[in-house]
Amino acid sequence: MESIFLPSILWLAALGGLFGVILAWASRRFAVEEDPRVDRVLEMLPGANCGGCGYPSCREFAQAIVEGKTTPGACVASNSEMVLKISRLVGLKVEEQRTPMVAVVHCQGGKKQTTELFDYEGIEDCRAAVLLFEGSKGCVYGCLGLGSCVNACPFGAISMGSNGLPVVDDNLCTGCGICVTVCPKGIIELIPKEQKIYLACSSHDRGRKVKDVCTVGCVGCGICAKVTPEDGIQMRDNLPEIDYQKNPNLVLAVHKCPQHCFVDKVKVRAKVAIGTDCNGCGQCKQLCPMGAIDGEPGERHTVIREKCVGCGICVLACPQKAIFTMGAVGYVKD
Amino acid sequence: MHQLFIIFIAAVLVNNFVLVRFLGICPFLGVSKRIDTAVGMGMAVIFVMSLASVGTHLVYSFILVPHNLQILEYAAFVLVIASLVQFVETVLRKTIPALYQALGIYLPLITTNCAILGLALLNVIKGYNLIQSLVFAIGAGAGFTLALMIMAGIRERLELSDIPQSLRGIPIALIVAGILSMAFLGFSGLVKL
Repeated sequence: MESIFLPSILWLAALGGLFGVILAWASRRFAVEEDPRVDRVLEMLPGANCGGCGYPSCREFAQAIVEGKTTPGACVASNSEMVLKISRLVGLKVEEQRTPMVAVVHCQGGKKQTTELFDYEGIEDCRAAVLLFEGSKGCVYGCLGLGSCVNACPFGAISMGSNGLPVVDDNLCTGCGICVTVCPKGIIELIPKEQKIYLACSSHDRGRKVKDVCTVGCVGCGICAKVTPEDGIQMRDNLPEIDYQKNPNLVLAVHKCPQHCFVDKVKVRAKVAIGTDCNGCGQCKQLCPMGAIDGEPGERHTVIREKCVGCGICVLACPQKAIFTMGAVGYVKD
Repeated sequence: MHQLFIIFIAAVLVNNFVLVRFLGICPFLGVSKRIDTAVGMGMAVIFVMSLASVGTHLVYSFILVPHNLQILEYAAFVLVIASLVQFVETVLRKTIPALYQALGIYLPLITTNCAILGLALLNVIKGYNLIQSLVFAIGAGAGFTLALMIMAGIRERLELSDIPQSLRGIPIALIVAGILSMAFLGFSGLVKL
């Protein structure tokens, strides 16, 4: 027994020691010099490897930033704080910041609102379903509700609602745009995050045809384009087109649309109130598109709260600056 | 030459490491979700197996046998394989970054894999010489790749199939693995070794 005990320990120790020395030598001899900033930049990146920046993973992107081939702002999931930190680390000047975007789904025709042409029993994926007669939905423009976007979202920001339509969580959405490319119907779009109102329909069909297949579809009446100031909405192929660049006041469109096609992410808009500075000039009464202001000329006017939708037109128009809103978001311009 | 060919065929089909010997089941289930990763893993396994069989053979015949220390084969082989893979990884990273990119993520996975140790031990049991060990290793690696690719191909299709909720994921993969294994038993009469 003893004859094997000692040699075993010695030989194994010798082998281990030998390999240890070889490995130690190799790790020095073949050391790959890597910029330590790459790891630090990588830590600051979102780490979702979404590929939105054009690099296969966050690591390659970090490498490219350090090498100066790209800028941190190219990361679609970046926020200003992150860009600032990384820029400082690699010694870049802070560039102009990207407007944060979020995805919106231009359809609200759920199971209850739309008709089905047939029962689809194939692969549970919109991209597969669309190959068969453009999908089973009566409306060819509508969301198929099989959740390709839900599965594709690397940030878990999209979930499938009970009515069979995807719901985007604005807090999680980074605006990477993967869902936009995945959706075979092309009804997901990125809009600026501070814009709270969007059109939830993509149908270019004429009114009659839309009404046959969907109770909440846009019939192309054009009322929204008329009530929205500054040409913020223009009709194109029976569908309103919102020009977010102009930052239009869309609250009226939400309320005047007969089909309720617009979605306002602000559930309750603050209504206006008229203060004691009012001299009763009557401008607001004339302007109010909802007829929500009442009062005799020369006397302090009052707001009919049931009719006010909080569009804020009167706030901007009042020469006395006597009209105010509290806690309103999204439309009052400086 | 004839015998080498038989060793190779036997390692690939008849005594397939994964499906007949049940070695290396962990990557078989872990890395078989997509064909391209399966191929990468398979190539890495062939590479490491060839290296390990040569390395362990040298250690066995020049250190363990002369000193009558065959009892140490397990410990010594684990040591040799782990160090060798680590060494190759370091060298590759510096000298051939492209190959490192392709194999890099799989190498650490393989280091402690039972299929490699199993190969080294089988070499000893069967008493192969250096050339035979090398051929056996390449065959075993090829067999592993074959099994992995078949599995990945099936699993890619399973993704799109309508599978009962309770069987989705690993359960159906295990059932498929079992059926595959039974299918490979059909090769058992192919060559006599």
